[in-house]
Amino acid sequence: MEPDVARPMFDTDELVINMGPQHPATHGVLRIVLKLDGEKVVDADVVIGYLHRGVEKLSENRDWTQIVLLTDRLDYVASAAANLAYVETVEKLLSLEVPRRARYIRTILAELQRLASHLVWLGSHAMDIGAVTVFLYCLRERELILDLFEEYCGARLTYNSMRIGGLPQDLPPNWDKKVLQFCDIQMEKLVDYETLLTHNRIWLERTRNIGVISAADAVAVGLCGPPLRGSGVPRDVRKDEPYAAYAEMEFDVPVGANGDTYDRYLVRLEEMRQSVRIIRQALGGLPEGPVMSKVPRLIKPPAGETYHANESPKGEIGFFIASDGKSTSPYRLRVRPPSFCNLQALPRLVRGHLVADVIALIGTIDIVLGEVDR
Amino acid sequence: MADTEHTDLASPKPAVASKVPKAPPPPPGPPDPAPPADVPVPDYIQALQSALPGAVTQVSYWVGDWTVIVATPRLLDVARHLRDTAGARFDYCSDVTAVDWLARAGERFDVVYCLYSTSLRMRVRMKTRVADGDSVPSVSGLWAAANWLEREAWDMFGIRFAGHPDLRRILMPDEWQGHPQRKDYPLEGPGELMLESPQDWLELRQSFKEAETE
Repeated sequence: MEPDVARPMFDTDELVINMGPQHPATHGVLRIVLKLDGEKVVDADVVIGYLHRGVEKLSENRDWTQIVLLTDRLDYVASAAANLAYVETVEKLLSLEVPRRARYIRTILAELQRLASHLVWLGSHAMDIGAVTVFLYCLRERELILDLFEEYCGARLTYNSMRIGGLPQDLPPNWDKKVLQFCDIQMEKLVDYETLLTHNRIWLERTRNIGVISAADAVAVGLCGPPLRGSGVPRDVRKDEPYAAYAEMEFDVPVGANGDTYDRYLVRLEEMRQSVRIIRQALGGLPEGPVMSKVPRLIKPPAGETYHANESPKGEIGFFIASDGKSTSPYRLRVRPPSFCNLQALPRLVRGHLVADVIALIGTIDIVLGEVDR
Repeated sequence: MADTEHTDLASPKPAVASKVPKAPPPPPGPPDPAPPADVPVPDYIQALQSALPGAVTQVSYWVGDWTVIVATPRLLDVARHLRDTAGARFDYCSDVTAVDWLARAGERFDVVYCLYSTSLRMRVRMKTRVADGDSVPSVSGLWAAANWLEREAWDMFGIRFAGHPDLRRILMPDEWQGHPQRKDYPLEGPGELMLESPQDWLELRQSFKEAETE
């Protein structure tokens, strides 16, 4: 039969498809409306809010001390980081001095948390792209960190591990030795992950030159954390505006050169090494003393507003808090969520790439929907 | 003050127990204290004041944070000055949010911009006051990062950003009525009685569905 020449063989209309909200590679309930030309992404619209629980509204109706619990539920794979950012903001409002030992232990907890979060990221990112082994390796080491946290504060994910003015308790006996043992294991295993991925041809094909964003664009669009550093901007809140005990620690801020998915991978891997370095230093120089300063039972910061930022594993987590000086809860509490700001760059990153790369790019910006939607 | 300091441990925390019956009266606004005499005003704020006279209505300093309070019509001028001038270079927009000062007469909302300079490593906050129903010029043309942040401020507070390319709700569903972060919005949600008209709601829902299938 003669082909019908009048009708074109392929329809070149653009196709609009939904990725999510129920999709295993979107790391939660995230919906992306993709406009496709064949397999190429022309445009994307990110639809969020499926996990909105009104944390900011709830905070206005809770005690200052109760809000630590709510911050646990923002980034639920790195809850200690959000705890720390919140309590430090309140301490800034109260102009409260935190004991040096507490600041050191906070630093250790924050860095352990960074390792745990980066392990989850590496495992799930690699699995999204097809390397299942790395996922199993990473979760194996993360389990050790969760055990350490469980021994410290009794919880494995939602730690409630900080208090306004210090810490709920001192370190358990021999905990520091276990952490040092873990550090040795982690350094050894990092080599294993690199053996599996860094020079792997499939990994290189899937990540190199995918989602390139220049330094100027990254700053303008508000990227923060490893995605910003992957583009070559040496911005790290721990270095630029030191908090906890970071001013007394020696560490490097790794930056990428090309701003692609591969560079962001390298940056995070190097950050894990630096985290181990910080933990070893903090444990080596751990000062003696109390872990809690004198705090009134009823916390009522004086009237005023402040913004304070920390470097969470995902990027710059900030709290803007307004206190009216009268009530026992904040007048307004605003979370500046790093995942939210990084996710905003996704349409810019995916344009021109293939559908399969969208998965790699969701992985590379490392979002947690609990924090995006709050 | 004295009696609240010595709260008995056995009795529940006062804020929780007495939340509904006795809430303190809402404050009329933030204190925005002027900088004390021994704290010098940074150069970039002085330069801003001399370059754009009258645009900055107030400078405030509190626990180490500098805030400039800006007249809403001059907001974009100030923002551009802060972003582009040597010595300021606030090229990174950390956060855009709002505060609802319900009891303040006239201008009810504060819109707060947290800016950071990646080259000079310093922060400043820019604030402007806006009445309910009025709009604020959008800064998303200056900092692309402000796009979603302003959408969230619209969604949560109902503040319009004039010139925003895509001012839709972001966290709440598209057909939602009301703006949840406002102080007069109930914590438990609107409830059935708060709906202006359930019939309107259903029709609105239907129209969104039709728009989606088209």
